[in-house]
Amino acid sequence: MKFNNIFLIVAIILNFNFLKADEIKTENEIAKNLRCLICQGQSVYDSDSEFAISLKLVIKNKIQEGLSEDQIYNFLKMKYGEWILYDPIFNRNTYFLWLLPILIFLAGGAIIIKRFYNKK
Amino acid sequence: MKSKFIPLILILIFLITFVIFFKGLKNSNIYTPDTNLKKEVPSFKLKSFEDNSVVISEKIFKDNDYYFMNIWASWCIPCKEEHKFLMELKKDDKIELIGFNYKDNFTNASSFLKDLGNPYDIIVSDKDGTASIEWGAYGVPESFLVYQNKIIKRFIGPINNEDLLEIQKIIR
Repeated sequence: MKFNNIFLIVAIILNFNFLKADEIKTENEIAKNLRCLICQGQSVYDSDSEFAISLKLVIKNKIQEGLSEDQIYNFLKMKYGEWILYDPIFNRNTYFLWLLPILIFLAGGAIIIKRFYNKK
Repeated sequence: MKSKFIPLILILIFLITFVIFFKGLKNSNIYTPDTNLKKEVPSFKLKSFEDNSVVISEKIFKDNDYYFMNIWASWCIPCKEEHKFLMELKKDDKIELIGFNYKDNFTNASSFLKDLGNPYDIIVSDKDGTASIEWGAYGVPESFLVYQNKIIKRFIGPINNEDLLEIQKIIR
């Protein structure tokens, strides 16, 4: 009986730690995907500015409130604009940015295939 | 036919690249946030600066009044620069000044107000800076002009004489 209790307590503590570790992991992941707006070329995760410290705290609180990653990104986008996200969103201004690599890749593939068949 | 075609494409690619880079040369690479935004005032629940009582945003911002929400701290040097303009703005009774004490300690902040004067009608303390994030603020000093529960103008950095005149013109 005693052994069972101890086992149970240990199991609970371990589980709790896993949860916490998961939270910290998503927290860092989100912070890495955010641009520190008052720094130059740093993510929120890398920065130790007052702004970044507060923002990391906000992310932590939001995770504890039960918001998903996307919800947190949307919240910050609403407050600070799209610029805060490192990943540019697919819209009219960024068509070119997203599609150009694919187009170049396809063109390259077409050239290779053409050469291959010509040789034959 | 083929030999004519390739140089033409090369020249075309070169031209397009040249035009894109040449245009990009003139773009400013400094990010300037939008300062004319019509956004709802975010709701907050903070402790009052003076007596630690809880202050709710809905009780501060009422309709048809102008509010000037100013984020400040005693450790922030530019805040000292803008302080005289806040004192000037205080003289206008059409506007209420709300101080957002940002990551500060009570002793330093109160001696700051004692030395330079207290322009604020209400002061709330944002100890960890999270409420400022809700406002979409970047740091100290920063100010928001609020009317009918909407942020109508935003001032990033210390306000100057020009900003003061602009505010006075809006609230007149």
